[in-house]
Amino acid sequence: MSGVGDAPGDGEVVLRAEGVGMRFGGFAALSGVDLTVRAGERLGLIGPNGSGKSTFTNCLAGVYPGHEGAFAFRGERLGKLSPHERARRGLARTFQLPRPFRGLTVIENIRVPLAYAGRHEATETRAMACLEGVDLAGKAHRLPRELTQVELRRLELARATALDPVLLIADEAMAGLSHAEVDQILALLFRLNEAGTTIIMIEHVMRAVTEFSQRLAVLVAGRKVADGAPREVLAMPAVEEAYLGR
Amino acid sequence: MSGATLPAAAPLAAPRRMGHGAFWLASALAALALVAALRALGSEYAYFAATFVLQYVVLATAWNILGGYAGYVNFGAAAFFAAGAYTTVAVGKAFGLPLLPCIAAAALVGGALGLGTGVLTLRLRGAYFAIATLCLSVVLQTLVVNWDFVGGSRGAYVVRPREVPWPFDSYGGFLCAVMVGLAAGAVAIARTVEKSRLGLGLAALRDDEAAAEAAGVPTLRLKLVATTISGAMMAVAGAPLPYLGSYIEPNSAFGLAYGVNAIAMPLIGGTSSWAGPLVGAVLLASLQQAATVTISSAANLLIVGVVLVVFVCAAPHGIVGLFRGQR
Amino acid sequence: MDPDLALLLNGIVSGLLLGGLYAAAAAGLSVSFGMLDVVNIAHPAFMVLGAILVALLQGATGLDPLLLAALVAPGFWAMGALLYGAYHRFFERRGDEAIQGLAFFFGVMFIIEIGIVLAVGPEQHFADAAWADTTWRLGEIDLPLRMLVPAAVSLAAIGALALFLRHGFTGRAIAAVSQDREALRLLAIDPVRIKRFAFGLSLALAALAGGALAVVQPVDAASGHIFIGRVFAIVIMGGLASLGGCVLAALAFGVVENVTATFYGPSWSPAVAFGALLLVLAVRPQGLFGRAA
Repeated sequence: MSGVGDAPGDGEVVLRAEGVGMRFGGFAALSGVDLTVRAGERLGLIGPNGSGKSTFTNCLAGVYPGHEGAFAFRGERLGKLSPHERARRGLARTFQLPRPFRGLTVIENIRVPLAYAGRHEATETRAMACLEGVDLAGKAHRLPRELTQVELRRLELARATALDPVLLIADEAMAGLSHAEVDQILALLFRLNEAGTTIIMIEHVMRAVTEFSQRLAVLVAGRKVADGAPREVLAMPAVEEAYLGR
Repeated sequence: MSGATLPAAAPLAAPRRMGHGAFWLASALAALALVAALRALGSEYAYFAATFVLQYVVLATAWNILGGYAGYVNFGAAAFFAAGAYTTVAVGKAFGLPLLPCIAAAALVGGALGLGTGVLTLRLRGAYFAIATLCLSVVLQTLVVNWDFVGGSRGAYVVRPREVPWPFDSYGGFLCAVMVGLAAGAVAIARTVEKSRLGLGLAALRDDEAAAEAAGVPTLRLKLVATTISGAMMAVAGAPLPYLGSYIEPNSAFGLAYGVNAIAMPLIGGTSSWAGPLVGAVLLASLQQAATVTISSAANLLIVGVVLVVFVCAAPHGIVGLFRGQR
Repeated sequence: MDPDLALLLNGIVSGLLLGGLYAAAAAGLSVSFGMLDVVNIAHPAFMVLGAILVALLQGATGLDPLLLAALVAPGFWAMGALLYGAYHRFFERRGDEAIQGLAFFFGVMFIIEIGIVLAVGPEQHFADAAWADTTWRLGEIDLPLRMLVPAAVSLAAIGALALFLRHGFTGRAIAAVSQDREALRLLAIDPVRIKRFAFGLSLALAALAGGALAVVQPVDAASGHIFIGRVFAIVIMGGLASLGGCVLAALAFGVVENVTATFYGPSWSPAVAFGALLLVLAVRPQGLFGRAA
C-alpha cells in the first residue's frame, strides 16, 4: 500500500477523513477509510460496483449521520451536521442519476441553492451566470423534463456549483454519456478546478478518470486498497485484481 | 426562519410581478369591497352563505401551504379545524372572551398542534405523515368527547352576544365580515409564502428532499414552518364555527366533510399557486351550499367525492393548471 | 380468582380475539401498502362495504356469513384489479402518486361511504350465524364463538396467504415486486400485472375481514373511519411488508385497546391505540417487528 496519499503540492488540507465506516445491518459497506484531500486537488475515487464509493459520498455529504469515524472539512469537524449545513459550508455533491426539481424551471433550480446557501446575493444575473457556465442559459425557462440526458447532468453540476463549493464530489457525472458528451463534462470540471474548486471525481469511465485525476484512491469491498499517483496505482496488483479478477 | 426569508424575495422576483405590499393592499381592498357588497345586500342568508364559503377558502388555502407547496398530505384538516372551533368554546367559556381574541388563541393552538405533529412525523416519508394526521384526528376527537368542560359528546351551545359591534347591522353580518378578513389574510399569507424564499425551498423539497438538502435547503425546518403556519390557519378557519351555528358537537366538528373538502378544493383548483385553493373553495363550497337547499346532504357530499376523483385523474394540475396550459 | 385478575385475563383473551379480526383487516393492507407501496386509505372502506354486503346477503339467504364473505371475495378481487389499473394509469405511470394518488384513494373512500349511506341508509347492519351465541368457558375465561370463529378463520386465511407468498410462483413474484423490480424484468414478469393481481388479493382479504367484522359487531357506513388509523397503525408497527409482524402487532393492538376499554371505558380506547401509533412513528418508524425503515 502506498503512503498516506499526500496530495501533489502542499496546499491547505481541505478534507481529512479518518477511519470512516458504515454498516447496514450486519453488512459493512465501508470500513476504516482514511483520506486526505488538499486545496485545488483533482482526486479520482474508483472501485468496482458495490465497493463503497457511493456510501463514502453519502457519509461525507451527511446523508448517513450514524457512520463510524470522522470527517474534518477545512479544519472543522463535521460530526452530525445535516446535509444542508455541509452544503452551506461549501461541500457540494451531484447525484449519480440527475435529480432536478421537476416542478421548477431550469433557472429556478439554480435559484434554490443561491437563495439558501450561496455566499453572494441571489440575483437573477447570478443565476443566469451559473447557467451560462454550463451552457444552459438558452433553456433557463424550460422544465427539466424538456432537457436531454447530458443537459440534465450539466444542470446537476450547475446546481452544485451555485453553492460556490470549496469541494465538489462529482458522483458518476458521466455514466451513460457519449464520447463527446464526456468531453463536455470533463471540460466543465477542469474549468471549475482552475477556478479553485477542489474536486473528487467518482467515476467508472476510466478514460475520464485517468485524464482528469492527479491522484487516484481505490476502494475495494469497503476498504481503501490504494492511494497515489494514477499510473502507479493502476499498475498495482491489488487494483488489477479488483478490476479484472472479479 | 420565515421572517428572515422575506427580504431575500425582492431580488428573486421576476420583473413584472406584483410586490408583496401591493398584493396585501389589493387583498384588503377586495375584502372591503366584498363586505360593502354584502352589507348592501343585507340578508341574513347571504351572510350565512358567504361565511360558509369563506371558511372553506381559509381552510383550503391553509391546507395548501403544506399539502400543495410542500407536498405533505394532511388528512387531519378536520382535527385542526375542530381544534380551532373548540378553542373558541373553551376560551370563551373560561375567560368570557369575545370572538376576536378566541381566533388569536385558536391560531396559537393550531400552530402548536401543527408543530407537534410535524416534530413527531416529518422525518418520515410523506405517507406516514398523512397517516399520522389521520390518527391525530381520532386522538383529538376522543379527547374532546371525554372533555366535559366543552360539552363532551353532547356538544355545547354558544350564545351570540346581544350587542353587535359598530357598523354592522347584525351579528351574522359581523361574523361574515370577520370571515372575509380572515379569508383575505389567508390568501395574502399563502401568496407571500409562495413567492418568497420559503416558497422556493418548499417547492424544491416537494420535488426531491435529498436534492433539496444537498442544495442547502434546511428541509426539516422548512417543513416545520409550513406545518405550523398551515395548522394555525386551519384552526383559525374553524374558530368562528361555534358562532355560525350556535351549537357544536364533536361528530360534526371533526366530520369527514371538512377533511375531504380541505383536500378536494386545492386539488380541484390547482395546488401550485394561491389562486388554486381560492378558486376550488369558492366553486365547491358554493356548489355545496346551493345543493344543501335542493338535495340531501349525503348526495351533496357524494358530488364532492366524485368531482375530486375525476379531477385528480383527468386534470392533475387543477383548474388553474388548465388555464396555464399544463406546465 | 381475584376478580380484577379475572377481568384482566378476560380483557387480554378477548383482546387477542379482537386482534385476530384486526389482523385480517390489516393483512390486506400489508400487501397493498407494505409490499406494493400503494397507500390505499380506502382499504377499511372496502372492508365495511364487504361487511354490509355480507350482512344484507345473510339476511336474504340465511347462509353462514363467513361462507358468504368467501363468496363475495372474488368480486372484490376483480374490483381491486380494476382499481389498481386506474391508479397505475393515472398516477403511478405519471409519477404523481404522492399527493394525487393519496387524494384519489381518499375520494374513493368517500364515494364508497356515501354510496353505502345512499343505498342502504346510515343505520347499523349485523350478520348472524348459528354458532354466534355459543360461549366456551375455560375456568374464569370466556371464549365467545362470536369472536373466536372469525379470529380463527382470519388467522387461517393469513396463514394461507403467507404460504402462497413463500411458495407459489405468483406469490414469490409479489414478494419480489416489493424488493427488486429489475429481477422481475429479468424473469420476463410484468410487474404491473403482478401488482394488479396482488392489489386484487388485498381487496379480497378486505371482503373476508368485512365478513368477520359483521359477525363481531354491528357495522354502519362510517365504521371504516376508526379502522383507518387501526390498520395503518398495525401495518406500520408490524414492519410494513411482514405478515408475521402484522399479526403480532394486530394481537398487541387488540389487547391494548380491549384492556383500556375494560378498565377506563370504551371511549378512551381509540386515543390509547392511536397514541401508541404516534409514539411508534416518532420513536421507531421501521415498526416494532420490522427490520429496516
